Amino acid sequence: MMFDSIMVPVDLRHASSLAKALTIAADLAKAQNATVTYVGVTSPEPGELGHNPGEYARKLEEFAAAQAQTHGLKTTAHMIVAHDPAIDLDHKLSEAAEEIGADLIIVATHVPNVADYIWSSHGGHLANHAKASVFLVRG
Amino acid sequence: MSSAEDAAGIPSPEGQTELIDTDYQIGQDNVEGRVGPFGFDVHNPVFMVSALTIVAFVFYALALPEQAGNLFGWLRPWLTSTFDVFFLSAANIFVLFCLFLIVSPWGKVRLGGKEAKPDYSYTGWFAMLFAAGMGIGLMFFGVLEPVYHMALSHPLGTPSPFDANGDLIAANVDRAKAMGLAATIYHWGLHPWAIYAVVALALALFSFNKGLPLTIRSAFYPIFGERIWGWTGHVIDILAVFATLFGLATSLGFGAQQANAGLNHVFGFPVSVPVQIVLITGITGIALFSVLRGLDGGVKLLSEINMAIAALLLVFVLLAGPTLLIMADFGKGLVAYAKEILPLSNPIGRSDDAYRDGWTAFYWAWWISWSPFVGMFIARVSRGRTVREFITCVLIIPSLVCVLWMAVFGGVAIDQVLSNPAASAVKEHVIDNYNPPLSLFAMLEGLPLSSITSVIAIVLVIVFFVTSSDSGSLVIDTITAGGKVDAPVPQRVFWASFEGAVAIVLLVGGGLSALQAMVISTGLPFTLVLLLMCWAIFKGLRAEPR
Repeated sequence: MMFDSIMVPVDLRHASSLAKALTIAADLAKAQNATVTYVGVTSPEPGELGHNPGEYARKLEEFAAAQAQTHGLKTTAHMIVAHDPAIDLDHKLSEAAEEIGADLIIVATHVPNVADYIWSSHGGHLANHAKASVFLVRG
Repeated sequence: MSSAEDAAGIPSPEGQTELIDTDYQIGQDNVEGRVGPFGFDVHNPVFMVSALTIVAFVFYALALPEQAGNLFGWLRPWLTSTFDVFFLSAANIFVLFCLFLIVSPWGKVRLGGKEAKPDYSYTGWFAMLFAAGMGIGLMFFGVLEPVYHMALSHPLGTPSPFDANGDLIAANVDRAKAMGLAATIYHWGLHPWAIYAVVALALALFSFNKGLPLTIRSAFYPIFGERIWGWTGHVIDILAVFATLFGLATSLGFGAQQANAGLNHVFGFPVSVPVQIVLITGITGIALFSVLRGLDGGVKLLSEINMAIAALLLVFVLLAGPTLLIMADFGKGLVAYAKEILPLSNPIGRSDDAYRDGWTAFYWAWWISWSPFVGMFIARVSRGRTVREFITCVLIIPSLVCVLWMAVFGGVAIDQVLSNPAASAVKEHVIDNYNPPLSLFAMLEGLPLSSITSVIAIVLVIVFFVTSSDSGSLVIDTITAGGKVDAPVPQRVFWASFEGAVAIVLLVGGGLSALQAMVISTGLPFTLVLLLMCWAIFKGLRAEPR
């Protein structure tokens, strides 16, 4: 099989915008008999998703378990703690992809716009820098 | 407030803390949206009220510059002379409280939980807290202040070593010199760092241990309870945004003037407002670049580079100047500080108004109005440290560094003034004609390689302003986003640019002194805020599992 490990970066605060990417990830994972790893980034400070990284990790694990249930997949969760998530996201995701040993990264992104001339989208950065294949799901 | 047992339901891999049980969801008051392709995520009342009131103030200062100038020109000295006892007593309380925490059993509490590991190494941590808190002040006042207090301000009534004709009075020299150093170190030693430590500790404790959002209002949960989510909290946060933004705009304007003076001195650039506008734009541009590289890639990197360069300059001055004399001055400075700290901190029954009100009370009000910004920044980078470690490193070590800095820079300057007064550029620019921005360059003139060291000094001054601006922008962004540190990046670009714009507009409109007075004015309400914070810290620490 081409892909054994699929990585899906997720922003749990905007879970609704992930629907397309999650469905595609599930379909591909079943077709390839691959494990899906959901990767989330959080800061050490309290945020919307938890008082501390420990709580966030639990939420991510629950999310992964729910996806496994819904689609019948093998899933895991991988949490990253970054001091400045908005900026560190790009290179932390690339690092995570290597750490996990992902063959394929499926990331939800937007249709390119003016802002992308100033700084690239997270999906765009991964497409340029990650060693693994990258599937940008526009939605 | 839940007990440690209730908190056991929420596992934290880093150890038990006393999580506060509140229904408030971080981000529940926020407004998210897009402006064209750029996203934003702001706390509704705090962002809107802060931004609008800042714009209103700028309009006022521009539309009625004389009236604003008169009002604030009156307000500032009135505040420092009327409330001097209050400011001095409050600062003393903060020092005692910090020293108490070091030795108390609560010193063992770790920020972030018992097993939390420090996020940063000592070097990076130290560089950042120094660059945010004090770097620029040391550059600007390191030469000026020891000389001024030695000769002109008469702290505790100490007579000047110069008589009316400018001749030396031998009998006064030793005492004046010791007092010059002690009176300066007093302003840069334990007291200002205690002010920062109190705010930083309160914010770190209530954010990392209690799980409340990283904003100033969170430190007041033990006192106001759920009301901090309403207008009580909004007012606290808005005041903090004001103090930070106005403090930064003042320092940007101030920094531009100093850099301009330095460039004029070394390269002959004209001293004019257009040059200063270019400087502010340049400083803001570099700060923007740093802010876009984030905390680790921008702020931390610049702070470390700057600390290295400052250390090199210090070592150069130490070696090129009268080295043995300076090392003796370090010892003498420490001893003089230890001896004079009690009389200098005494709030009542003193007659040295010019020093006590014009310098000490002014400084305390200024440090206090900066403390939300510096405190929040220090809090953010201090997770994983124990309270004891935290206060020792935020209080004692920077104070020692300041003693060293003052001994080197101030000591060399004093030596230049006293050993050859007629030829001393420092005497000319500090004592005879008061020209503060030139004092550092005047001292460097008396040492070899002065054109190189002056350029290095200009670079240091500029980069220290940049590190204040970038860390300040991150702090304002966090407070106006309701405690979120991961608000969309365009927002921090907005704040960094807005600070620069406010500084330029006020510089052009002649409103910088109004701004400075405004900054000091926020120091008064904030002193009350800090006193309450001490109480909140105490309650918060007591509830933590040890």
